[in-house]
Amino acid sequence: MKHRRKITIVASVCLIVFLAASSFVLHRTDQLRPQGTLDEVLFLNSPKVIQRASLGYDGLMACIYWTRAVQYFGNRHHDFAPSFNLLAPLLEITTHLDPHLIVAYEFGSSFLAPKPPHGAGQPERAIQLMEYGIQNNPDNWRLYYDLGFVYYMELKDYKDAAQAFERGSHVPNAHPFLKVFAAQMAQHAGEFQTARMLWTATYQTTQDEQIKQNAVDHLRALRVDEDVTHLQDAVTRFGERTGRLPTSMSELTAAEGLTGVPVDPDGHPYKLTPEGRIELRTPDDFPFATVGFPPGYKPKFHAMP
Amino acid sequence: MNTRIVYIASNTFREAVRDRVLYNLIAFALLLSGAAILVGQISIEIEKLVVINLGLTAVSLFGVVIAIFIGIGLVSKEIEKRTLYTVLSRPVRRWEFIIGKFCGLAGTLVVNAFFMAVGVFAALFYVSHKFVRADALILVALYFIVLEFLIVCSVALLFSSFSSPLLSAVFTFSLFVIGSFAEDLRNFAGMAHGVSRWLATGAAYLVPNFSAFNVITSIAHEQPVAAQLILQNTLYALFYAAMALSGAILIFEHRNLK
Repeated sequence: MKHRRKITIVASVCLIVFLAASSFVLHRTDQLRPQGTLDEVLFLNSPKVIQRASLGYDGLMACIYWTRAVQYFGNRHHDFAPSFNLLAPLLEITTHLDPHLIVAYEFGSSFLAPKPPHGAGQPERAIQLMEYGIQNNPDNWRLYYDLGFVYYMELKDYKDAAQAFERGSHVPNAHPFLKVFAAQMAQHAGEFQTARMLWTATYQTTQDEQIKQNAVDHLRALRVDEDVTHLQDAVTRFGERTGRLPTSMSELTAAEGLTGVPVDPDGHPYKLTPEGRIELRTPDDFPFATVGFPPGYKPKFHAMP
Repeated sequence: MNTRIVYIASNTFREAVRDRVLYNLIAFALLLSGAAILVGQISIEIEKLVVINLGLTAVSLFGVVIAIFIGIGLVSKEIEKRTLYTVLSRPVRRWEFIIGKFCGLAGTLVVNAFFMAVGVFAALFYVSHKFVRADALILVALYFIVLEFLIVCSVALLFSSFSSPLLSAVFTFSLFVIGSFAEDLRNFAGMAHGVSRWLATGAAYLVPNFSAFNVITSIAHEQPVAAQLILQNTLYALFYAAMALSGAILIFEHRNLK
């Protein structure tokens, strides 16, 4: 009995020690070849083949491919990768396996459409994805809204955006704002006000916290874009009037008849550089703003598109 | 029911339990709880979908694997261990033996599926914090999975009645895979002409059609299942299982056991 107990103890210790040792070696091996080779490879890229291979369990496969798409995008986005070659195929496989997986269309288009580093910079693929989604879920007004959104925000194609909103407005139970957007596209496309309406609608109509936060970030960025654009125009007008640049923000605001120093959405005053540029004091807090950054600025903050 | 069939069935169930078949429930519980916790962290908005898809897929696959690996040994193991002679020397007919074995294995799978279903609903409650009316549709998917088990059990038993366990496993698994492609086979038959059309159509009707039983994806999206489909799937599973069992009885009745 004593002998048996001894063997049990030795075997248990060996099991733990060798498990730890093999894990350690594997960890070191992973460090030798970071990312491995799987990251950029899609062994099966035909949605039909994958569907057949799933033996009918295509719903689970769709969840797996969706998770893979999220992970792929997240990793590439985090690394500021310049390209997202596998994103569109992964999303196409996901939606082919489960054409009713609405989340894959909604998030997928927002991964595909924006320019790098916020997205893959493939708005055409995003449109294809959304059209496929609409084809399979024609009663989901949200997909028309997202399609119009891609046309408006990424392609600045106001005519097609208006058409997408118009198509969506005919869907039963569609949100009434789709009709408003369709009309707005025709009259006020390209204005800050229209973009603000779209992001506000996104914020108000989603239940998802990430989409809500994303809408808030974009609304903040829009406010910065609008403020900086107006202030920069004021600097130009000041120069035209006086033949020199304003020396301080207070001089500029006094000349423009503004009350107080203009501040960004976080309450930080905008900065006027000696070269006459209007800049943000904390540019990392506004990843989606398009103006107000110092020359050569590279964002440090990782924001979802 | 015939008491001899009940005895054979209960012994088959006890034997399966003794063979630690129900241990798969531990793996299932780990898989489901792991997925329920992990998916929320690594994916977006599909926690509930994953629990339903993964849960029901696991119920189906675990059950099919058990049905194949237990089913293929139901007859051959009894012959190998010579316990069959003891059974048949008593007033037990050969067809009663086959039916009893089938009922025992089907019972094992139903019990297994019941515990797994409890696990699926528990995981669903964990991710959703509530149940909604549409969650009841999961019961329909589980019912279809059980019908699928009946077919696989009967097919495994059919092969087990005349073949070795290894070949029976290969045949049954192949038939399961082919059955998953049954709709493609039917489409192929529709495109073919002449003799190939007849052959393909015959094959499409001969192999079990599992595609109609798989409603997991649509149920995960809370799409209802037609009552007509429930009725027809029930009838199909009963008829097909009865057909396969009849074949098994026919072969076993004429098998020389000396």
